Amino acid sequence: MALSRDQIAQRVAQELQDGYYVNLGIGIPTLVANFVPKGIEVMLQSENGLLGMGAFPTEETVDADLINAGKQTVTMATGASIFDSAESFAMIRGGHVDLTVLGAFEVDVNGNIASYMIPGKLIKGMGGAMDLVAGADNIIVTMTHASKHGESKLLTNCTLPLTGKGCIKKVLTDLAFIEIKSGKFHLLERAPGVSVEEIIKLTQGELVIEGEIPEMEFG
Amino acid sequence: MSGFDKVVHSYEEAMSGLTDNMTIIAGGFGLCGIPENLISEIKRKRKSGLTLVSNNCGVDDFGLGLLLPDRQIKKIIASYVGENAEFERQMMSGELEVELTPQGTLAEKMRAGGAGIPAFYTATGVGTPVAEGKDERQFNGREYILEESITGDFAIVKAWKADRYGNLVFRKTARNFNPMAATAGKITVVEVEEIVEPGQLDPDEIHTPGIYVNRLIQSSFEKRIEQRTIRASGE
Repeated sequence: MALSRDQIAQRVAQELQDGYYVNLGIGIPTLVANFVPKGIEVMLQSENGLLGMGAFPTEETVDADLINAGKQTVTMATGASIFDSAESFAMIRGGHVDLTVLGAFEVDVNGNIASYMIPGKLIKGMGGAMDLVAGADNIIVTMTHASKHGESKLLTNCTLPLTGKGCIKKVLTDLAFIEIKSGKFHLLERAPGVSVEEIIKLTQGELVIEGEIPEMEFG
Repeated sequence: MSGFDKVVHSYEEAMSGLTDNMTIIAGGFGLCGIPENLISEIKRKRKSGLTLVSNNCGVDDFGLGLLLPDRQIKKIIASYVGENAEFERQMMSGELEVELTPQGTLAEKMRAGGAGIPAFYTATGVGTPVAEGKDERQFNGREYILEESITGDFAIVKAWKADRYGNLVFRKTARNFNPMAATAGKITVVEVEEIVEPGQLDPDEIHTPGIYVNRLIQSSFEKRIEQRTIRASGE
């Protein structure tokens, strides 16, 4: 069965390592914070100028001066620091963030990503996404594998305007965990109960399948 | 001996000299740390043809969104917009020119503008619509695009505390774009919650030195919250 939003977040969280600085995008990536494995410590970076983002506040501790990149009220974790936007993107562009998780509309076999603009529809802007994909080495894209109409979002060539070129190496969809290398998708894991054939059918770009593909495990 | 006294006592005075077609750089992220009273003064002055440089454009009835109904903004340079219906309408009809700029590039454009650097290379936006028409160059085998810096006729800034010298301290994530905006205005106007006596701010803890600040005004703020997100107590 396809993974739920929470399960996608849970699988991404398995990639976290103790001492990681992590930037989580809006939507499913934000949920990753709920599944940080026991016994490890990560520091969440919010690109509006906060390193060490904590939980949402209680009614009593809401502070209009303390928000995250999604404009939600948040709190600060112990060890947090605050800085301006130029400093924030120095961290991002300079490659100091260990893991970036963000959503997308499409990715392709060359590691291109389209995530911010559908021509003809309302264009809201890229926010920090272009800086994040250009600056980070370790990026996981989370998305649904195909549209509701069964159109693959893992393509030979992205059709939408790009957010970044050749920068994506890992994609976690509701069906599969995929690595991108040498101009091909490589199937690493499949969602529990989802067959390799099903994944092949919904992957438009070239997909390499080597040996037995394990199911994802959830503790 | 009032050469270093940046304090003004009215919003009229704070924004005097603003004329049509000027470029204004504004601090703030979403509605957090926006110079809300200075924006209201720009609305009151009814100046138009303005170019606004700001990460966002407020909401329908607050922040920079207030400048939309009277069509005061000709062009906005921002990273994320469209949280308001009137903005959407003006953008789709072509009445409002929108130059979408990646957030980090926008911050750096302001920083560089204030620091006397006319342009810089960045990998952000390579191979995307943002790169169109821009000079590309390789360094160490990687492609970069040339981005030009930004300065403004005015910069409008919100800080937490200041002294009359214009030394500024920001509070939490209300800092965001404000320190860069402060450096990039020919005239930098700052509104603050509190003006303290000279010597009360620890020089080691000043975020923006007063050299960047031309005018300073104390006021009160609504500080509207865009996404009030809370958890239950004890959760």
